[in-house]
Amino acid sequence: MNINDTSGSTTPVIHVSPSPHLVQAAASTRRMMVDVLIALAPVVGMSLYIFRDYALYQLIVCLMGCLLAELIFSGMRGRKETVKDFSAVVTAIILAMSLPGTAPWYVGFIASFVAIGIGKIIFGGLGMNLFNPAMVGRAFVMISFAGALAASGYESATSAIDAISQATPMNAYKMNGVVTPIAHLFYGTTNGSLGETSAIACILGGLYLIIRRTASWEIPAGLLLAVAAIGGLADLMGPADGWTTLHHLLGGSVLFGAFFIATDPVTSPLTPKGKFIFGLGTGLLIMVLRLFSGYPEGVMFAVLFMNALTPLINRWTIPTPFGGQ
Amino acid sequence: MALKLEGYEGNGTFSHGIHPPERKSISKDAAIRVMPTPDTVVLSLHQNIGGPCEPLVKPRKKVAWGELIGKGKGFVSTTLHASIPGVVQRPIRVTLANGRHMDTMPIKAEGDIPTDQDLWDEIFGGEWPTTGLDAYDPAQISQDISAAGLVGMGGAAFPTHVKIMPNDKKPVHTLIVNGCECEPYLTSDYRLMMEAPEPIITGALLAARSLGAGRIAIGVEDNKMAAVETLKRVAAGTGIEIAVLKTKYPQGSEKHLIQSVIKRQVPLGGLPSDVGVAVSNVGTMAAVARAVIHKKPLTHRVISVTGGGIANPRNVLAPIGVSFGELIDFCGGLKSSAARLVAGGPMMGFAFTNPDTPVTKGTSGLTVMSREEVRAGEETHCVRCGKCVDVCPMRLVPTKIAMAARYQDIALSLRYNIMACFECGSCAYTCPAHIPLVQLIRSGKARIAAMDRK
Repeated sequence: MNINDTSGSTTPVIHVSPSPHLVQAAASTRRMMVDVLIALAPVVGMSLYIFRDYALYQLIVCLMGCLLAELIFSGMRGRKETVKDFSAVVTAIILAMSLPGTAPWYVGFIASFVAIGIGKIIFGGLGMNLFNPAMVGRAFVMISFAGALAASGYESATSAIDAISQATPMNAYKMNGVVTPIAHLFYGTTNGSLGETSAIACILGGLYLIIRRTASWEIPAGLLLAVAAIGGLADLMGPADGWTTLHHLLGGSVLFGAFFIATDPVTSPLTPKGKFIFGLGTGLLIMVLRLFSGYPEGVMFAVLFMNALTPLINRWTIPTPFGGQ
Repeated sequence: MALKLEGYEGNGTFSHGIHPPERKSISKDAAIRVMPTPDTVVLSLHQNIGGPCEPLVKPRKKVAWGELIGKGKGFVSTTLHASIPGVVQRPIRVTLANGRHMDTMPIKAEGDIPTDQDLWDEIFGGEWPTTGLDAYDPAQISQDISAAGLVGMGGAAFPTHVKIMPNDKKPVHTLIVNGCECEPYLTSDYRLMMEAPEPIITGALLAARSLGAGRIAIGVEDNKMAAVETLKRVAAGTGIEIAVLKTKYPQGSEKHLIQSVIKRQVPLGGLPSDVGVAVSNVGTMAAVARAVIHKKPLTHRVISVTGGGIANPRNVLAPIGVSFGELIDFCGGLKSSAARLVAGGPMMGFAFTNPDTPVTKGTSGLTVMSREEVRAGEETHCVRCGKCVDVCPMRLVPTKIAMAARYQDIALSLRYNIMACFECGSCAYTCPAHIPLVQLIRSGKARIAAMDRK
């Protein structure tokens, strides 16, 4: 048989490659990112509904900032730009959703540049970064522009939109002991970072990610378990002031963080056991910061801290192979 | 669907693994066709996992069908027989599909060999007793198998007589016959179970007698229920049980098959005999029956010729040593979309380009994949999604091992148990970043092996 002379119009080109010769056609990095974007849709939708122009404006600022930063920094590192994998878009939306709608344009823009430049590309690009890029960007502006991102920065007495004229639920409780009704936390008709207010939107998006197996269930499970356990303990031991475990779970950015921030695959551990430990640790830190620190909210610092522990967790949780003792 | 195997704790499956598209339908219903005797066969002197065998005949010598022409030296090597009658040619060196360069003994056809139905009857036909096998001496069974040159026909090509030998130190209580055929596309074992179940059953009884194994289970995936029914009917009254297992890759891996059927884990780096089990393929069992009852050597085997790039997919009974090119011709030639020739199945098979490459005793199939079937994306950075961890049937962390291998960090790759990987390819199949994980792990293992040799 001659492989170059067969029936048919074109000549077959036979080539070799190592096994396996089949690949899962639907699996790609871009597809994972698209999944995250689909999951973010209810969160983005609710933020647009609640915060109107504020949300739109912050989204546009962060999208432009992140895409521009991706192009500039990849160019500086002499790497092929990776805009097409949509990872920068995901970072932009998560960053925008973690900021208050009232933050001035340069806050979102600078946060975007720091997120992509220092959070991601300096480490070598997607997959090589140690810290969640969006949280790196947010941490930077939180420290640089303390006023715009402190609790008072969220409130704008002159705003025509109801949500923005109130204090955030976490701060209202921390400073004045005001307890926001559960229903408001559930639907999201409160002040807060754009994507964190609506519990139902976060849960819907999060479930989609878990069903699609784009995010692993172990991280949100561990995180929520820790928050619920410590929240319950605080509830039992603390003053009976109406702030319950459910408020801890639904209030602030616990749900947004559990499903969209802590689950970033790059900066979380690899094995199921490691992921669960990572989730538990993040939940524990969130509660420590909430209960004992001056900040009303601790998701961002908790995630960044656990990101730093991820390599260690990976090392602690090398699985025993099949047949091992 | 997985049935609980009566008397066994087995639940018919193992954890992790993948579900690649089966594509068995391409050749599933094609009854085995007997291939006409080719003009030449090229018999590799290395057909098994041990050392190559020594030729016993000189060039220009006339040999009969089934005549002994090579003998192994070491313990885990075996004998070689003429797969067609003819005249021995000058030895040539060929590259086998697995990439090994090997001396061969070509035989030019001369003389008669049964054709079509006659050849089928000669190999699989006649009476296959299921009773009175006590008359066969266990040690003799193992000798007959050795004399017939049997190796595992599932692909690993481990000499069967070594596996089936009575062993006082590690008694074997259970013989598991591997009828899973979990590789996508391949259907040679399925067709054999459908068309020649009798020798499989007889062979299993003989092998169990040699081992002193009290129980025999045949493991078959639940996508082959017709084979399950056929085997059950033929095995009725013999005490052989059919374990119906979940369709999942790599169900046919020896260690995972044992887990699926009797829920025992073979220790890391151990052998099935460490848990009192021996595992052998259905095709091998049929060859055992022929070797012991008819004293006939292994000269032919069933090969699936399948895939989107072959004109007429078929299951073929072909002499060992026939070239893949002739198999392709027998199956109508390649389609213009053909892009890759794979000896074996698409998950663990070897791609090759030379159509003169000969078939060996371990060749279970030829998968001709079309461009559409092999398309792969560009490699991107690992995003540590952990999907490779979720599917690895050995419960390893493939991405860590592969990256350690890529950056030549041997200590790290060992810490992540690189040597436990058996290269099933589940990780690379699943990887969204299209990282050639298996290839990297293989290179890491090769580096460790090279270091050990020093």
